[in-house]
Amino acid sequence: MWETRVRFLGREDPLEEAVSAALKQGQVTPTELCQRCLSLIKKTKFLNAYITVSEEVALKQAEESEKRYKKGHSLGDLDGIPVAVKDNFSTSGIETTCASNMLKGYVPPYNATVVQKLLDQGALLMGKTNLDEFAMGSGSTDGIFGPVKNPWSYSKQYREKRKQNSHSENEDSNWLITGGSSGGSAAAVSAFTCFAALGSDTGGSTRNPAAHCGVVGLKPSYGLVSRHGLIPLVNSMDVPGILTRCVDDAATVLGILAGHDPKDSTTIQDPVKPFTLPSLTDVSKLCIGIPKEYLTPELSSEVQSLWSRAANLFESEGAKVIEVSLPHTSYSIVCYHVLCTSEVASNMARFDGLEYGHRCDNDVSTEAMYAATRREGFNDVVRGRILSGNFFLLKENYENYFVKAQKVRRLIANDFVNVFNSGVDVLLTPTTLSEAVPYTEFIKEDNRTRSAQDDIFTQAVNMAGLPAVSVPMALSSQGLPVGLQFIGRAFCDQQLLTVAKWFEKQVQFPVIQLQELMDDCSSVFENEKLASVSLK
Amino acid sequence: MWALAVRLGLRAAARGRRGFTSKADPQGSGRVTGELIQHLERLSLVDFGSQEAVSRLEKAIAFADRLRAVNTDGVEPMESVLEDRCLYLRSDDVVEGSCAEELLQNSHRVVEEYFVAPPGNISWSKLDEKQPFSHR
Repeated sequence: MWETRVRFLGREDPLEEAVSAALKQGQVTPTELCQRCLSLIKKTKFLNAYITVSEEVALKQAEESEKRYKKGHSLGDLDGIPVAVKDNFSTSGIETTCASNMLKGYVPPYNATVVQKLLDQGALLMGKTNLDEFAMGSGSTDGIFGPVKNPWSYSKQYREKRKQNSHSENEDSNWLITGGSSGGSAAAVSAFTCFAALGSDTGGSTRNPAAHCGVVGLKPSYGLVSRHGLIPLVNSMDVPGILTRCVDDAATVLGILAGHDPKDSTTIQDPVKPFTLPSLTDVSKLCIGIPKEYLTPELSSEVQSLWSRAANLFESEGAKVIEVSLPHTSYSIVCYHVLCTSEVASNMARFDGLEYGHRCDNDVSTEAMYAATRREGFNDVVRGRILSGNFFLLKENYENYFVKAQKVRRLIANDFVNVFNSGVDVLLTPTTLSEAVPYTEFIKEDNRTRSAQDDIFTQAVNMAGLPAVSVPMALSSQGLPVGLQFIGRAFCDQQLLTVAKWFEKQVQFPVIQLQELMDDCSSVFENEKLASVSLK
Repeated sequence: MWALAVRLGLRAAARGRRGFTSKADPQGSGRVTGELIQHLERLSLVDFGSQEAVSRLEKAIAFADRLRAVNTDGVEPMESVLEDRCLYLRSDDVVEGSCAEELLQNSHRVVEEYFVAPPGNISWSKLDEKQPFSHR
């Protein structure tokens, strides 16, 4: 009988810690936990969050975890905890597709470093999650396995609001996007199918879906977490992202993933230790910066208002809240567009059908074979970015576009440096322009246009290499999650998360009510107290 | 007071949501010539596939042209945010490898320990293959 109750209102006990404690105390076994999550994955299949469900692998891992717990030798906080991984991370023996025909059927012979680290800690790999093809997009709608549906589309909170607004009970036709490109991971965490998921973040791909799905999305500082095994998009901006249901869990996972990796020379060599986040009670020494240029006309009035409320919250609790300026903000998305497409053009060159991935039947010549393979393997979005990128890299354009963008990048990075040097600890901004929109509305514009719109608050952070986290704040008038973004100084991820944790506790974001799904699963997430928790 | 400043800002900002598309990205300025298309397709070894894709490129270029407005005199290009640090170089010791068989398994065409490619000294010409912009 499933006895464990987990208190999740108020987020006082980090979910992973609570579950980890339950595992240690034998209140639940890793196998039971695994089976519950697998069952939920099956029930939520319509969300299309998973591309591959690694059921056998997960159960086997659960078995081994169970043996360790019985002997009292658990590997740590993540031992026996179900996690999911975005399908652009290489997983040994498990298909890794990047939601593209180019890699359909590709089975990597190695694990990405971050995947290996999770496995070394005993985490259970539930599966590979859905994304936009090659992580290009802001909706998780452009992959070959179809779009991911936002679990909130099926939440009591959203449905009740829709009934109130006398919309027809049209169950599925107006479902909402998850945001992207790590939409599958965000949906997987949001729908309780796992406790943490890996995403990737090049321009906001972890934070954007986190905001739309009401979960925490962390983009660590560039150089803190290894990119080895993350199929690259933009080498100078990509970062593995972490999606969890609370800030403490994100900190736990970051503590495990961070650190120098000899296989990724862009990871810093400074020693990194896992950390626990203090529970801030006094924010009077904190200085929060509000970048005025982020108040754009496109920002929805609801998000604006929540942003303002958040600023007031900090101020009313004694923090110093000041307006700051990031003068080059309006050029940031343009700069990102040029640098991103240029690096993509280069990174996608490896897909030629010869050593791995899709290969067409054309054998006339190498070039003909490559061209046909790439035509068949890549979707319009990917091809479009390759062509744009190569345009900017043409000899006659290189200085005016690529090098120019690199210069603007420095100006943007310097904007942040100047603000942080003026005494600001953390910046507070919206994550997205509005709450999640229906798929039917989202697809009215093309991928490039949407990405340019939706990445507006998130991509500057990638260009500057800073850590940033999206924390769910409140529900919109439609009953949908709105998240806000905190941006920290480089390598001050711990400080950033400490502030985020304080904020999370203040706002008490409601839990998604997926009642129909939960009924059969009876108890994991009922509102009752956990008897005793402390691990440490 | 922070709240007041934001309220002022809220009033000052335009109402509603204006999409990017209404911000007049100039349509194709005719810079994407047939020659350029062929050149890019040859370099990228992917094809545009449709007129729509060409106009998307034109929009992308117009979008990128906004960078001209930024004064970057005396600014050095930034290649990496970690430019102030030394790139890690590991020592030249063999620690792993000998996995040829594993790696060869991922390829569609292999002979013994070779990846097999079609002949390489034939330049790719679109004209031989098909008309430009034909849909797949």
